Amino acid sequence: MSWAFVFALGATAYGFKVLGLVLVGERKLPPMLDRCLALIPAALITALVVKDTFSIGQHLQLDARAAGVGAAVIAAWRKAPLIAVIVIGAAVTAALRAAT
Amino acid sequence: MLSLRELWRDERLRQVFAACVTLGLATGVFAVSFGVTAVGAGASVAQTCVMSLLVFTGASQFSAVSVIGAGGSPASAFGGAALLAARNSVYGLAMAPHLKGRLGTRLVAAQITIDESTAMAASQSDETHRRAAFWITGLSVYLFWNLGTLIGAILGSAIDPKSFGLDAAFPAAFVAMVWPVLRERRSAMAAAIGATMCLALIPFTPVGVPILCAVLGVVVGIPSPSSPASSTAQQESAQ
Repeated sequence: MSWAFVFALGATAYGFKVLGLVLVGERKLPPMLDRCLALIPAALITALVVKDTFSIGQHLQLDARAAGVGAAVIAAWRKAPLIAVIVIGAAVTAALRAAT
Repeated sequence: MLSLRELWRDERLRQVFAACVTLGLATGVFAVSFGVTAVGAGASVAQTCVMSLLVFTGASQFSAVSVIGAGGSPASAFGGAALLAARNSVYGLAMAPHLKGRLGTRLVAAQITIDESTAMAASQSDETHRRAAFWITGLSVYLFWNLGTLIGAILGSAIDPKSFGLDAAFPAAFVAMVWPVLRERRSAMAAAIGATMCLALIPFTPVGVPILCAVLGVVVGIPSPSSPASSTAQQESAQ
């Protein structure tokens, strides 16, 4: 691997991160845009959960993770503290893997 | 802004701290595994560590070193990694209204604008906690990711994160963070559209694209909340 590759990827990754922050910056946005931006975490983080739970690369796959995340959903619904939800999700997945 | 002493006394932020340590450990285990993979793919210890310091996007870094390790061209490794890093620009858009302040501070904030910091910020209900949660989460993931990378690159061996279910720790954490957000009807609709979009695209598009397309869920924010369906119906009946 070359240093050029490392720096090019670093610059690109930082470019993406800074783009959104600078693009909007201190600007006052129209209310419609404000409402849409506020919905980004709901849309993307939920998509991320679905991707991390049901896929590997480009393949959809149902495995122990689904049970772990399912347990996490129940824990979150029962208002368990964040740390408990994380531990439950990992523990159920690991237990199911060890058992099968 | 809260002072450090207030940070420790704040019940909600103590929860954020506790979660960050847990997530941080999971991040660290993945980072060790990244360090091992990168060195195995032919990167030096220094290159591996600089990559984690500068790129700081786990999925991108794993993708880049595994393509190169499998004998792929730098161009294809770069393309795949860049696609995975692109979603952070969308997080930047979402965080921008909450990270106002000196340009220098915002330029530092940019480096830690990732899945975890954005999600943790979104789970907070007021501006002060949002900012605090963003910084605490981003900085702790940064610390653990880089420490883990160094350990993995030097040690050359790692435990399999999967044997501890750590690959499920992240979606589990995101469930807990996004849960309070989804109580609001529009957010739930945006989430449903985003998740469906993502699932539908996974088999057909390059890795990284499905999450980017999930941003379409925000279209539910276009109609003004002050003009609900009833007023549309009134307009229609008036015509």
